[in-house]
Amino acid sequence: MALDRDKANEFEHLSMPLFASLYNLAQWLTQDRSEAEDLVQETYAKALKGFGSFQPGTNFRAWMYRILRNTFLTSRTGLKATVSLDDEDDPQSVSPSTTETPESLLLARSDQDAIQSALQQLPVAFREIILLCDVEEMTYREIAEALTIPIGTVMSRLARARKAMRQLLGEKVQGAHR
Amino acid sequence: MTCESWQQKIDAYLDAELPEAETRELDAHLRTCAACSSQALTRSELKRSIHLAGKKFVPDPEFRKRIQSSISPRTSGRRWGWIVEVGIACAAVVLVIFGSLVWVRQSQRQQLIGELTDLHVATLASANRVDVVSSDRHTVKPWFQGKVPFTFNVPELQGSPFELIGGKMTYLDQNPAAELLFTVRKHVLSVFIFKDSPELDRALGSGEPMRKLSFNIESWADGGLRFLIITDATPSDIDDLRARFVQAAR
Repeated sequence: MALDRDKANEFEHLSMPLFASLYNLAQWLTQDRSEAEDLVQETYAKALKGFGSFQPGTNFRAWMYRILRNTFLTSRTGLKATVSLDDEDDPQSVSPSTTETPESLLLARSDQDAIQSALQQLPVAFREIILLCDVEEMTYREIAEALTIPIGTVMSRLARARKAMRQLLGEKVQGAHR
Repeated sequence: MTCESWQQKIDAYLDAELPEAETRELDAHLRTCAACSSQALTRSELKRSIHLAGKKFVPDPEFRKRIQSSISPRTSGRRWGWIVEVGIACAAVVLVIFGSLVWVRQSQRQQLIGELTDLHVATLASANRVDVVSSDRHTVKPWFQGKVPFTFNVPELQGSPFELIGGKMTYLDQNPAAELLFTVRKHVLSVFIFKDSPELDRALGSGEPMRKLSFNIESWADGGLRFLIITDATPSDIDDLRARFVQAAR
């Protein structure tokens, strides 16, 4: 059903400030510029179509990201990238890594390439939650809404993702010093 | 709480998601514990680095324009929507104009037929129905010379069920016209003859049978003249008389 002019204006007003962020997330997910453009385009088309059912007062950014993510997950690249995240609701399973030391991380922190490379190596589920939290600065509640998971799962998945990130960075620094 | 337990809360602390009471406790612990403080500093710096490094991909400005135009109500799909709206408005205007024209034509037609019916009824009611009383067409036709600005032929009725009674001058819309009176099996027929005009042509058309106050009516145009028969006789009688008028005009 077509939106009326006011509603379409409202959608444009709300969605265009998110464009750069959505594109950045899309390319992090797809790892390909052309696929990222297709993903963003499809996301905007779906969101515009479904904007009539968007509940005012709820989180628009989380809603948009949810559409982008669901669109990605049903794409060919998304289906390939999906990984099993069994037992992730147990935050107690998170423990400091053996390769992770404050010193090694201090060496890596200024190396943007190392961080970007580590992010790219992370499974999609870990990569996206780190991006939503640290790059998009979403609250845990927003992330829960965007990923349609409970807040407890957000916390445990984030802890596991950061642990994996620290391990990857630690390995990179150790490898560079060998 | 052990340092290991505190270190599991450092991420939530840096994400500003730790409850207020625990935040205060962890603040106090970090001021006194070098190991946890170092962990917090490292993770905080890593978080900041990820924040910067994560903003890696920048969309093409052309792509932004494309998305903007695809959702903007001022362009793209909405432009077509606007054209459709204008199209519908134009169609509505055309329909209204067309409807008005049809209504005007119908009302002109009803008015004309009403007037002619009145003339026919007035003739029937009159003690002197005609001004020239004659069953001879060669008497009736010349009587109209100089009275109406046109001439016409009266059909030969010998051997037909029709009988000519005579004729008289009449006026339709301030224009002079001839009214001929015939009978067929005691039914009276008025034949009105007047100069045709585009307005009359549009209002009366040609050959379509009409009815008004139970009178049967038929009108046609021939040689710049407009003929109209009105009677309580049958439509087939009208057709018969009409055919004779058409024949006489040849």
